[in-house]
Amino acid sequence: MNWVLFRRKLADRVAFIGAALATLFGLVFLFWILWTTFAQGVSALNLRLVTEMTPPPGADGGLLNAFYGSAVMVLLAIAIGTPVGLCAGTYLAEHGRHTRLAAAVRFVNDILLSAPSIVLGLFVYELVVVPMKHFSGLAGGLALALILIPVVVRTSDEALRLVPDRMREAAYALGLPGWKVSLQVLFSAAMSGIVTGVLLGVARIAGETAPLLFTALNNQFWSANLNAPLANLPVVIFQYAMSPYDTWHALAWAGALALTVFVLALNLAVRLFARRRSFK
Amino acid sequence: MTSRTGSLLPSGGRRGDADRGSAADPDRETARSASARPHGGLAERAFRLVTGGAAWLVLAILLAVAWSMASGGWLAFRTFGFGFITSTQWDVVNGQFGALVAIYGTLMTSAIALVIAVPVSIGIALFLTEIAPVWSRGPIAVAIELLAAVPSIIYGMWGLFVFAPFMAEHVEPWVNDHLGQAPVIGPLFNGPPIGIGTLTAGIVLGIMVIPFIASVAREVFNAVPAALRESAVALGATRWERLWHVTLPYTRSAIVGAIFLGLGRALGETMAVTFVLGNAHDLTASLLMPSNSIAAAIANEFTEADTELYRSALIALAFLLFFVTFIVLSLAKLLLARVERSLGRTN
Repeated sequence: MNWVLFRRKLADRVAFIGAALATLFGLVFLFWILWTTFAQGVSALNLRLVTEMTPPPGADGGLLNAFYGSAVMVLLAIAIGTPVGLCAGTYLAEHGRHTRLAAAVRFVNDILLSAPSIVLGLFVYELVVVPMKHFSGLAGGLALALILIPVVVRTSDEALRLVPDRMREAAYALGLPGWKVSLQVLFSAAMSGIVTGVLLGVARIAGETAPLLFTALNNQFWSANLNAPLANLPVVIFQYAMSPYDTWHALAWAGALALTVFVLALNLAVRLFARRRSFK
Repeated sequence: MTSRTGSLLPSGGRRGDADRGSAADPDRETARSASARPHGGLAERAFRLVTGGAAWLVLAILLAVAWSMASGGWLAFRTFGFGFITSTQWDVVNGQFGALVAIYGTLMTSAIALVIAVPVSIGIALFLTEIAPVWSRGPIAVAIELLAAVPSIIYGMWGLFVFAPFMAEHVEPWVNDHLGQAPVIGPLFNGPPIGIGTLTAGIVLGIMVIPFIASVAREVFNAVPAALRESAVALGATRWERLWHVTLPYTRSAIVGAIFLGLGRALGETMAVTFVLGNAHDLTASLLMPSNSIAAAIANEFTEADTELYRSALIALAFLLFFVTFIVLSLAKLLLARVERSLGRTN
């Protein structure tokens, strides 16, 4: 028996099994978390979720105002974040592709992409909530927009740079001014990439809790006023899960299930869509 | 206004402003330059102003966040001086605020997270690039990346209701019995098995960080030149020897960059740790005891902070967190930028 060969083969076996176990480890936790959310969430599902407001302790109720508030703030974040992110992405990909400013912006943008979201929430608190002297859905939407912007900047920059230069040359050869080339030719050529980026950003901000804690706060009642505290799903889940009441726990699980299904479905849909496009 | 290069070819991929208006046909130069003025039109100038402004805005956001946290925390820094970082006293009633417990908790949970996530992520990357059947690689990679898509509040709820009781019942008694009396590391693992605490939070964080490190590691493992891999195979190297002697040395800086990226995420993660950390303000060596972290302290206490100094102390914590994550993420970006360049992805 060749001892050296045996030892090398043993090390290889161990590495093989270790790598397989590591993958199993990751998958087990994914399915454990998803299974818990589904099992607990499904048993708490009922029609009242989408017809009634968040209840006081001990009473029955739903999450209608929280769903509404979350939708409003995500839409607000899209309305603020997409144009800003797309413009900055256009600068990076078109006007300033090789400038120092673009290099600096890309660097800073990648840091903002991973920056702690709770700090961005505090920033919006100082920027909006303190001067206005009250929490508001507006501030919540702005905080989410600050998280969305870097995602859109990054993806639109990348999508625009994938457009072949031939299209730019053809458009300029037709005598189009630069802004029309960008708006009418390049944006439509890069549209699927840009939309993918925005949707991935939405999947990210839909579940963000930390930046809403001190901006939108929460609201137990129905409110459509953007200038007042606004109910929202993540903060409701947080408060209800931390509470000692069983009815609130059940509602938190139902909300968690809705949130998880929304986020994962959006993620998978975007991935399938992007992959099909890239194979063509 | 327009330069006459007389060439259609973009000069070496660079499209400077001058190339924009370059004429295809010198004969029609006059007519063309009159209609298409790269810098001239009002709409064009406005468009450039808006896109350039948005780019500056991204820079401005970072600076504004840093300035806002520094000025908001100024009162706490001025009141407690350097002691803010070294004091363990967090006494709301008497207005004494020291950040050491939260800083220690943040560093400790992140360290545990990395201890778990780094080997697991490299194992996953190895499995997905060398071992798994080709048809299964895509779906497994997507599943691992979905770990990053699950909202952190879901991790928090699962941690509080499922994982913490699991730890209390099955893991922590064992840890306490077998590691609690060990010579050097004993104090770390000696404590009541209550499930809520630094160890549980660190493990949950580790699971959250895995997809970030694994996806970068998988990408750079795939980018190792075929010649290197084939040379190792030709010399008779086993899979483990290929990983240890070829792949890892070749991808070292990218792997370190990915680890820093994961560390940056772990340091700033809020909701997941808030649920399972227990919000205690006592410094303890035991990983089984409830603790605190910077992000969790802010999330738990900020809306209840009723004095100017209290609020300022929490914002000062946020400043420290932002400063540290900025440095960690910058290092990650620098390490990864070098790899991206060597992989030929200059953009």
